[in-house]
Amino acid sequence: MALTAKTLDETEYFYGHKACAGCGGSLAVRIALKVLGENAIAVLPAGCMSAVGFNFPQLCFGNNAIISTFAGTASMLTGVQAGLKAQGITDFHAVGFAGDGGTADIGLQALSGAIDRNDDILYICYDNEAYMNTGIQKSSLTPFGAKTTTTPAGKNIHGNLRQKKNMFEIAAAHDIPYAATASVGYLNDFIRKVEKAKSIKGTKYIHILAPCPTGWGVKTDETVGIAKEVVDCGLWYLAEYENGSFTLNHEPKEFSDVSEYLRKQSRFRHLTDEDIEIIKQSRDKKWEFIHKNFKKEK
Amino acid sequence: MKPYLREKIPSGFDEIPDTTSYEAGYLVTKNAGWRNVRPVIDTEKCVGCLNCYLYCPDGVISRKDGKVQIDYDFCKGCGICKRICRVGAIRMEAEK
Repeated sequence: MALTAKTLDETEYFYGHKACAGCGGSLAVRIALKVLGENAIAVLPAGCMSAVGFNFPQLCFGNNAIISTFAGTASMLTGVQAGLKAQGITDFHAVGFAGDGGTADIGLQALSGAIDRNDDILYICYDNEAYMNTGIQKSSLTPFGAKTTTTPAGKNIHGNLRQKKNMFEIAAAHDIPYAATASVGYLNDFIRKVEKAKSIKGTKYIHILAPCPTGWGVKTDETVGIAKEVVDCGLWYLAEYENGSFTLNHEPKEFSDVSEYLRKQSRFRHLTDEDIEIIKQSRDKKWEFIHKNFKKEK
Repeated sequence: MKPYLREKIPSGFDEIPDTTSYEAGYLVTKNAGWRNVRPVIDTEKCVGCLNCYLYCPDGVISRKDGKVQIDYDFCKGCGICKRICRVGAIRMEAEK
């Protein structure tokens, strides 16, 4: 039976951290560790979660945790699991928590290598759609139109010109044993996916969308609501990849208003109606692809 | 083991560990000062659904007698619990 709020481990493994109020990334880390338990060994590259979790002497992890190089999350995970196996220890979960920049830009090569070797690790990407820790610079997972300090919104160029990189399908293209997308707005779905990944041998990749109130320009209490809305309006989706095929876990009956979702956030406030039309078109194109290639959950 | 607040805050070189870090979960400072507003639970209205506990980014809400309680040492007052509560049992009060 799937874990719920009532059956989840009551112990907190990520506590007293210095993340901004309402941080989506810290919620993802906290919940994942509660599912994995005290035998999880967390590896965190440079990024928000290492910056807020290891403020010496304040050590916010209740389990073993270590900071890796920015590019080396997956390679350090490989080392952790190899080292433990060499000592004859089998009861552990090597888990990495990297941000969108640390995954899709800087750590992609190491992740690709780990998937190729099929090392027994779980890699969780908490995607807040920019380099938030260093002050909101564009990453390859920043969506079209978003204003960041390196893609400012002006008269001629309206924020980020590029579409969000399709990191989930890039991981799946390696024929990885298990990959999934999630959102902190749908935590029960995320819990089920971490639980499933926990039981699978080999490399697992979970991509969780985790809003950042500071970088997205929303109020601190809107994190969870906006993470739900991005799924409901179709700009993000909940899916899994397993045994060579894609499954869609959640299909909104009818998409909620995209412009309403965008207008709530100050990073999108400059967008014109034409810009929003482009975003809607790319959403529809994506869903056409999903309907064609993803199985529906029974 | 839940990370917990230590009574003694290291202040000299002789108290700093000779390895690379302290043990896991070594907390020396509170986050309470970050807050402008604090969530207050109405235990009469609370039905113990634990949604606020699940969605708290800081994990400061825990179970107590079928209801919930808040650790004000580490609550940052983000207000997610108030928004997620289906029965309206949490209100935000200004910090004095």
